[in-house]
Amino acid sequence: MKRTIFKNQLLPWLLLAPQLIITFVFFLWPAAQAVRQSFLREDAFGTRSTFVGFENFIRLWNSHEYLNSLQVTAVFAVSVTVLSMGLSLLLAIAVDRMIRSTRIYTTLLVWPYAVAPAVAGILWWFIFNPTIGIMPYVLGQLGYNWNHISNKGDAMTLVVIASAWKQISYNFLFFLAGLQAIPASLREAAAIDGAGPVRRFFDITFPLLSPTTFFLLVVNIVYAMFDTFAVIDATTEGGPAQATNILVYKVYFDGFVGQNLGSSAAQSVVLMALVAVLTVIQFRYVEKKVAY
Amino acid sequence: MIRYSTASAVALLASLGTANAQTTIDWWHAMGGELGAKLEEIVQGFNDSQDEYRVTPSYKGTYPETMTAAIAAFRANQQPTVVQVFEVGTGTMMAAEGAIVPVYQLMEEHGEDFDPSIFLPAVVGYYTDPEGNMLSMPFNSSTPILYYNKSVFEKAGLDPEQPPKTWAEMEQFSNQIRESGAATCGFTTQWISWIQTENLSAWHNQPIGTMENGFGGLDARLSLNGPVQVKHWENLKRWSDEGIFKYGGPVGGDNAAPMFYSQDCAMIMGSSASRAGVIANSEAFELGFGMLPYYDDVEGAPQNSIIGGATLWVLSGKADEEYAAAAAFFDYLSSPEVQADWASFSGYLPITEAAGEQMADFYAQNPGADTGINQITLNEPTENSKGLRFGNYVQIRGIIDEEFEQLLSGSKDAQGALDSVVSRGDDLLEQFQAQNQ
Repeated sequence: MKRTIFKNQLLPWLLLAPQLIITFVFFLWPAAQAVRQSFLREDAFGTRSTFVGFENFIRLWNSHEYLNSLQVTAVFAVSVTVLSMGLSLLLAIAVDRMIRSTRIYTTLLVWPYAVAPAVAGILWWFIFNPTIGIMPYVLGQLGYNWNHISNKGDAMTLVVIASAWKQISYNFLFFLAGLQAIPASLREAAAIDGAGPVRRFFDITFPLLSPTTFFLLVVNIVYAMFDTFAVIDATTEGGPAQATNILVYKVYFDGFVGQNLGSSAAQSVVLMALVAVLTVIQFRYVEKKVAY
Repeated sequence: MIRYSTASAVALLASLGTANAQTTIDWWHAMGGELGAKLEEIVQGFNDSQDEYRVTPSYKGTYPETMTAAIAAFRANQQPTVVQVFEVGTGTMMAAEGAIVPVYQLMEEHGEDFDPSIFLPAVVGYYTDPEGNMLSMPFNSSTPILYYNKSVFEKAGLDPEQPPKTWAEMEQFSNQIRESGAATCGFTTQWISWIQTENLSAWHNQPIGTMENGFGGLDARLSLNGPVQVKHWENLKRWSDEGIFKYGGPVGGDNAAPMFYSQDCAMIMGSSASRAGVIANSEAFELGFGMLPYYDDVEGAPQNSIIGGATLWVLSGKADEEYAAAAAFFDYLSSPEVQADWASFSGYLPITEAAGEQMADFYAQNPGADTGINQITLNEPTENSKGLRFGNYVQIRGIIDEEFEQLLSGSKDAQGALDSVVSRGDDLLEQFQAQNQ
């Protein structure tokens, strides 16, 4: 690796400055503000504030709604990740085996990625709307009474489908690229040795795909936990009865709608800690088991 | 270069010159669509009527968004002079003593001949302090009423001119409608919180909270788990199971109106300010209007319904002439002509007696348009029916919706659901009290 040596001591700092300033203004400073706010009790206008120590955190720990939100987030993140990664792996394998028109299918499958999350949310909201949607009508014909406005399971299904759908394109592209990077000779050699397609997939393709899978796992969990705000806001708004109120949405609702800044800040601090822990676990322990 | 800077200095002086001659104030509001256009027309009227002051309206999104924007702006010292805040934000605004200028004080200092007695008590009562002083300026107030489908009533063999008066009739009519096949559902409703809980309580003269529904001070707590509310929620659950009643979703109940327009449900309880929208969407059938139903075995029912909507709050930290501008604008807004024009266009209630009188012709030509005003003025408001004032109430309304959904899903009974509204809500009220004392 080539090492660049700067003669001027200032130049490297100057070159780094734009990124450092952005990191400071948009990441470090707000994060520090959140930490500060989480120890305060303040009225909405900020005219009176008192230091309350860990009271905001203790309230969270004792709050049934917060524990419920943790659980909802776990179920949601795992479902979205499994569903979107599973489906996109299937699609990638199907496209990888095609000889002609690979391009057309790839383009078509990547399309949903261009749709903004809020638009995706509205789209699925229309499709599944209990009064005017097409799916409840079809399901009604099959004898199932779909109502995500009052049925918690239906609501969770709706947000999982909408969020996973949005992410399939992204996963698909990476899986396809990963599959195409696997040398055909390996699979052919296994085939000559008498391994069937299933055996070939689990013994050759899947292990060689593991760097891609690991990368996507991280990206998808982060996506499900932090980037699905717009989908939730456009479809269920966290309801019914908090059944789809994931942590990020709760931070927004308590802070920006409810004006309860102390609690909202404490929740963001917990989220920050959660992200840190997740990152450490993923990179220290999971990465070791991945064959590169 | 020198010439350029001279030119810009002249331009700067010129702009200062106009700023001196005319005071401009910002008004942040939450009225989109046709209401927003009408609002701008009203502001234009004020700006054209004199040349001392100018009001600049800006649309800031939904009610919660507008309120959040104003609060964030206040924290950054960029607040507008006037902001429109919805009724459930009243508790938060009132408690922010250093951040607001009460309207009565503004008008005492800057308003020439302001007379607080011209306002309708049923409307302004919601926005006064315990001494009866007006804290904010009512702008758009509405109250829930019953809309019903006369064509379906006729098909079901009911008298289309007789909307149900009591909940017993509501049930009986709904059953008849369903059995005759005229419609698949009897009724739906917007706003479980505002209509089926808060207004239900006021309509039956039942308290929503202690200390005069929160008007008496920050240590008020909820008490809406009384027998009348429990009985009503129990009935709603039973009617929902039987198919008589269909739930339209949390907050404003987005799915309720479409069920009424598509004639799936024969009746809907909704805001009087939805009138124009309901009329526009019910061309396929005859539309009727009625008051909210009541339980005739509850003593004192029907009492009077309470309002919803928004008022204008004045924020602190502005120059004197800006407050003079706000006072002049409020004077203009409360004139009978402006009020009558706004109320007949929008379906909101007129806020002064004079405006109500001016609208007599309009009410005569538009049957049913006066249902709302008749309903809020039906009786002298009691301490249970003049409104409510609690902090963190946006979240408490959310809790009401959630617990109602728990009731519908069968995981709680009515008493259990309302008990948990009270205990969860009280927890928020305690926090609010601690934040503001």
